[in-house]
Amino acid sequence: MASVPIVEIDKVSFGYDAARPVLHGVSLRIEPGSVVGIMGQSGCGKTTLLRIIAGWLKASAGATRVLGESVHELDSEGIYALRRKMGMLFQFGALFTDMTVFDNVAFQMREHTDLPPDLVHDLVMMKLEAVGLRGAAQRMPSELSGGMARRVALARAVALDPRLMLYDEPFTGLDPISLGVIARLIRTLNDSLGQTSIVVSHDVEECFGIVDYVYFVSAGRIVAEGKPDAMRRSGEAFVKQFVRGETDGPIPFHYPAPGYEADLAAAAVHG
Amino acid sequence: MPLLLCMAEPSLLTAVRQGLERLGQAAAAKIWRLGFAARFFVAILLNSGTALRRFRLIIREIYFAGVQSLVIILVSGLFVGMVLGLQGYDTLQRYGSSEALGVLVALSLVRELGPVIAGLLFASRAGSAITAEIGLMKATEQIAAMEMMAVDPIARVVAPRFWAGVISMPLLAALFSAMGIFGGYLVGVQLIGVDEGSFWSQMQSSVDVREDILNGVIKSLVFGVAVSWIAVFEGYDAPPTAEGVSGATTRTVVTSSLAILALDFVLTALMFTGGNGK
Amino acid sequence: MKRSTIDIWVGVFVAIGFGGLLFLALKVGNLASFSTAEAYQLQAKFANIGGLKVRAAIKSAGVVVGRVSNVTFDNESYEAIVTFNVDAQYKFPRDTSAKILTSGLLGEQYVGLEAGGDGVMLKQGDRLRLTQSAVVLENLISQFLFNKAAEGKDTKDGK
Ligand SMILES: Nc1ncnc2c1ncn2[C@@H]1O[C@H](COP(=O)(O)OP(=O)(O)OP(=O)(O)O)[C@@H](O)[C@H]1O
Ligand SMILES: [Mg+2]
Repeated sequence: MASVPIVEIDKVSFGYDAARPVLHGVSLRIEPGSVVGIMGQSGCGKTTLLRIIAGWLKASAGATRVLGESVHELDSEGIYALRRKMGMLFQFGALFTDMTVFDNVAFQMREHTDLPPDLVHDLVMMKLEAVGLRGAAQRMPSELSGGMARRVALARAVALDPRLMLYDEPFTGLDPISLGVIARLIRTLNDSLGQTSIVVSHDVEECFGIVDYVYFVSAGRIVAEGKPDAMRRSGEAFVKQFVRGETDGPIPFHYPAPGYEADLAAAAVHG
Repeated sequence: MPLLLCMAEPSLLTAVRQGLERLGQAAAAKIWRLGFAARFFVAILLNSGTALRRFRLIIREIYFAGVQSLVIILVSGLFVGMVLGLQGYDTLQRYGSSEALGVLVALSLVRELGPVIAGLLFASRAGSAITAEIGLMKATEQIAAMEMMAVDPIARVVAPRFWAGVISMPLLAALFSAMGIFGGYLVGVQLIGVDEGSFWSQMQSSVDVREDILNGVIKSLVFGVAVSWIAVFEGYDAPPTAEGVSGATTRTVVTSSLAILALDFVLTALMFTGGNGK
Repeated sequence: MKRSTIDIWVGVFVAIGFGGLLFLALKVGNLASFSTAEAYQLQAKFANIGGLKVRAAIKSAGVVVGRVSNVTFDNESYEAIVTFNVDAQYKFPRDTSAKILTSGLLGEQYVGLEAGGDGVMLKQGDRLRLTQSAVVLENLISQFLFNKAAEGKDTKDGK
């Protein structure tokens, strides 16, 4: 593909504090119109990567280009302008708890546009219909189940038809039916609105079902990438382990820590 | 001799040094936070345009900060006034000047008790609620989501709450004083039988609109700014966890109460001693 | 629906808040006090004024018609001279009498005016001739005890 990438990350490094870097020289390219998966075990830095793309965190090294802008060089106004073209689904929904479902979805339309109330109403109803929650429009977020809240958050994230959608764990905590609906919705929205989407997920099956391309992240590095089919057939130990959910393999389950025996010193003394 | 002592007790010395170091660090952290709070205050003022233009946002917050504090303010005002009526009469009649009861009740309320008690009640009723709300919005990523939608949370969430507090506080303090004077009237005039005419007329001749009432209103306005500022700052600065938010809520009440009492002293010294000298 | 109720409540809140401020300014403060109103000055001598103070009310038929402006002691008659201002709109005949009364049992004292029948009205600087001093509580109590004692004697005699 020769087209200009929507997201281009070049050797980006980042750490919340200098002592513990989270990302080490990550590079990736995301082509327009595609749905790209970012997979990896918990704590490997997926959310962090999304936040760098959204201009939330500033990478300590490397270049980040999103929708033609150099994110790391923008001031806060530039980042806000850029974010108007992006939507993000948060890991935990993050609905505004003091507003109804309707007002949540209408939020961006009211903040960023001068659309007349009738039109806002119709648009909101269309978005809610798409996630199957038109009937819950007047409910408060506290009256929704976790899965319903996620679907509302999805409707809110796509309210202004963003060009780039970032999904942080869209599948966790959903029942199989909602899960299938959301997965198909991500794909349909992407294709019908000409969006580009990044899906961060652990869920191999659902993710492979909708993405065009996958990146595997481990310990802050991209360790494998390719089309889902290729990944399924991949002989790489890491990918095999992740895709099949095996315990043994190169992926460490433990967060880095000093020797186990050292931490159990007290027990040793007692013994 | 002291040198000898030092050498004899090296552990004591290190303990003292560590203590001093920790004190220094704590002080530095406080000053850092104060600087951050000041910058935050400026950010609120700079980002108030949206809130003031879309006044509906402020109206909504006035409902939560002002209207919902109304009952507690009115009831407390009434009782404080009634107590002032009883205590004031008891003291004044010893000196045979019970007709000055109106003056005593009105001046205490308008100058001091109205702004101060209303401010303390406002801090614990509305200030803590503002902190908890903003802190929870942060903990549940609502603030982050808003930023992601390219909406500045300082303009959209913080500024309306701040201005609602600033607007509500003087009105609440005035209502507290008015209610208190009514309470003093009930006890003094209706119950004890102090002359109604001299109750009001003495009050009117001794309470000055500019010196007493306007200064009281200015006090309550300053308290409103202080409490609202502390409340929104603590909420916005709260660690995004359950104990972070609860700690911030407590800090709001404690810090605002201290701020009110300290500011009250400063303002009283500026307003009333200066005025008497003239 | 929910929005408009919030609007109404906030409207009510702001209205009564400003009502409170207005009450403080007008009724508590002296913004509306009619200190400029016309008044004329009268004097009255009392054998005993009890607890009457400057700024106490002057009432006639229960209506406040003025205020005590000064209380002095007359070295010749050994009596108290009470000077007071009466609002110019109220006129009193020359033979009006002044009494020192108490509002409530323990309330403070005021001057009660009782109009007479004379055709000539009082004017600035006049002195009231007919006065009745304050009822001193001690006198009242001893009088009461005396009456009780007398009553008791009567009933005993009756038996
Ligand atoms: N605000 C923060 N401050 C300091 N460290 C953080 C912060 N957020 C995340 N981290 C650390 O950064 C690393 C990567 O976190 P990140 O949230 O990107 O993981 P993730 O891949 O999204 O995991 P998960 O799948 O569990 O959501 C973790 O080790 C975490 O401890
Ligand atoms: Mg994550």
